[in-house]
Amino acid sequence: MKLKSGLMGTIAALVMGLGAAQAEGVKVGMITTLSGGGAGLGVDTRDGFLLALKQAGDAGSTVDLVIEDDQQKPDIAVQIADKMIQSDKVDMLTGIVWSNLAMAVVPSATAQGKFYLSTNAAPSQLAGAGCNARYFSVSYQNDNLHEAAGAYAKGAGIGKVFIMAPNYPAGQDSLAGFKRFYDGALAGEVYTQLGQTDYAAEIAQIRASGAEAVFFFLPGGMGIAFMKQYAASGVGIPLIGPAFSLSQDILPAVGDSALGIKNTSSWSPDLHNAANKAFVAGFQAEYGRLPSLYAAQAYDTANLLLSAMAKSDVADADAFRAALAAADFASVRGKFRFGPNQHPVQDIYVREVVKVDGVLTNAIVGTAMTDRADAYADQCKM
Amino acid sequence: MVLFIEQALNGLQYGMMLFLMAAGLTLVFGVMGLINLAHGSLYTVGAFACAWVAAATGSFFLGLVASLVAAAAAGALVEVVVIRRLYHRDHLDQVLATFALILVFSEGTRWLFGSFPLYLTLPPLLAGAVTLPGGVQYPLFRLAIIGIGAVVALGLFFLINRTRLGIRIRAGEADREMIAALGVDIERLYTIVFALGAALAGLAGALVGTIQSVQVGMGEPVLILAFVVIIIGGIGSIKGALIGALLVGMTDVLGKALLPGLFARVMAGSDAATVGSAVASMLIYILMALVLLVRPQGLYGQRG
Repeated sequence: MKLKSGLMGTIAALVMGLGAAQAEGVKVGMITTLSGGGAGLGVDTRDGFLLALKQAGDAGSTVDLVIEDDQQKPDIAVQIADKMIQSDKVDMLTGIVWSNLAMAVVPSATAQGKFYLSTNAAPSQLAGAGCNARYFSVSYQNDNLHEAAGAYAKGAGIGKVFIMAPNYPAGQDSLAGFKRFYDGALAGEVYTQLGQTDYAAEIAQIRASGAEAVFFFLPGGMGIAFMKQYAASGVGIPLIGPAFSLSQDILPAVGDSALGIKNTSSWSPDLHNAANKAFVAGFQAEYGRLPSLYAAQAYDTANLLLSAMAKSDVADADAFRAALAAADFASVRGKFRFGPNQHPVQDIYVREVVKVDGVLTNAIVGTAMTDRADAYADQCKM
Repeated sequence: MVLFIEQALNGLQYGMMLFLMAAGLTLVFGVMGLINLAHGSLYTVGAFACAWVAAATGSFFLGLVASLVAAAAAGALVEVVVIRRLYHRDHLDQVLATFALILVFSEGTRWLFGSFPLYLTLPPLLAGAVTLPGGVQYPLFRLAIIGIGAVVALGLFFLINRTRLGIRIRAGEADREMIAALGVDIERLYTIVFALGAALAGLAGALVGTIQSVQVGMGEPVLILAFVVIIIGGIGSIKGALIGALLVGMTDVLGKALLPGLFARVMAGSDAATVGSAVASMLIYILMALVLLVRPQGLYGQRG
């Protein structure tokens, strides 16, 4: 059936003349994590993307979306990407949550002439020397939220910070980003295993470190496990994190022990702009829960894609790229533009975990960085 | 010093958890000569049973009981339906069949409970931390795991060495045909042993699921460690499983805690953290290789 309609489409295109800039649909392959400890992130990515397509009406229905679960495993992600490129014939890929998976998929996809729009992972390797004309990060550069946390910790006059992240590309970017803007003393620096679920050894080190605060980057199930065990351990040292560690997918499982924790984010459900209001209300109506940062980024990615599709045809790669780079869409983050390495230039806020109508969520308490690009743009030669 | 004691307790707790897992595996391997890759699935069954019953009834302790019952029942069922046909086959057939069981259990739990992890809440009685003599603060629930592990170890020693069932299990390990000829119902004995091992794995799953999370596929990483434990301890020996589990638990936790600090003396801080944690995660396999070099049959293994 699929083959038949494809054939019909081809014949129709031939009949109508090939040269015409026919505004055809775009086939998008979404590779994301839909099972295991990281499932919450992928589900929000998928749902945010689908919501934007749904709200766009007819324009949204011209996007042909294929979704597959990468199980948070790089080898599976590579297999899915190959399948999507070779047999599904997608025009672009998106949706990868984890940087180690992105590093396994993105360079080969762009080398095969496919666009990649990142809804989340944005490792430093792809922002600097490894940047690519067909690769856009719609989320951030990995270091950004951690840089903002470093700037916040410095501004708040915190003297000794214990820093901790998983040992994978985004974890290394995280601690590098934090230290770029925090010049105080470190009480300790620890790399955990990716997907680790028991943090007893790290909590013991934190207890003994004499730190004034703990900066931790542990997205998804890792963050939930850590926060629950931290609360049970009786260690009272205040926590600081990037949005990932205190995101909407984590808070319900952690409970009230998260209240008051400061975290840095490029987006928040309470940001005042029309696009964000429509997004948050639409997401709650559609899925019955509050959206996370991952959902917001995926929603922006879909809207960016739709804005580029309205201007040009994906078959004309240069025009399509220019249309993407213009970022001519209403972002839920308010102001949004791309820097020269096709990574965002945006504000990063400090949020605090609060309880609104009995539901744990985040609210903005200040701005950590204004118009922040990233540390690698200079190394990008495109 | 306080830090070291806390880390040692963490190692002990981790070791006890591994022991619960390895005890059943080593019994099944030793007594029946069966390689059961699906042991991790029974651990998952226990965790899900605990999460489900705890959520439905609001009682964590009922959940723990449910984990024992559900895992034992699943174990007995699997033994009667599948495993029983495998005793006379070679190890490759056993590996294939029990690997298939992993897939069946994984998809089954995914179908029943979905792909999202479940989270258990600690009962108020066991929540929070206590201060031990010497000023060490330690989470109460982890102390409880150490206690449960110790009680199970004592119970198993008593069962194997002092009861009629234990005599039969040891006899079955030594000579299957002879004890069948003496009138012991060997099939029922095997089902009991298998269900006992499954119940212990289920208990481990429930306890670990409470600290961490309950999700599909949680059993497989632990299964690998449990095999490391029984290879170090010697196949078929409960004592070996206990010593092996404690060795592995201590090595893993103390390695992760101490190695980055040791590497920091010879290289820069962040490199030391990366290299140290990488080496620490290899440490238990290095330990296993060393034990195999010196005693190929394991520390308390009978056969060479």
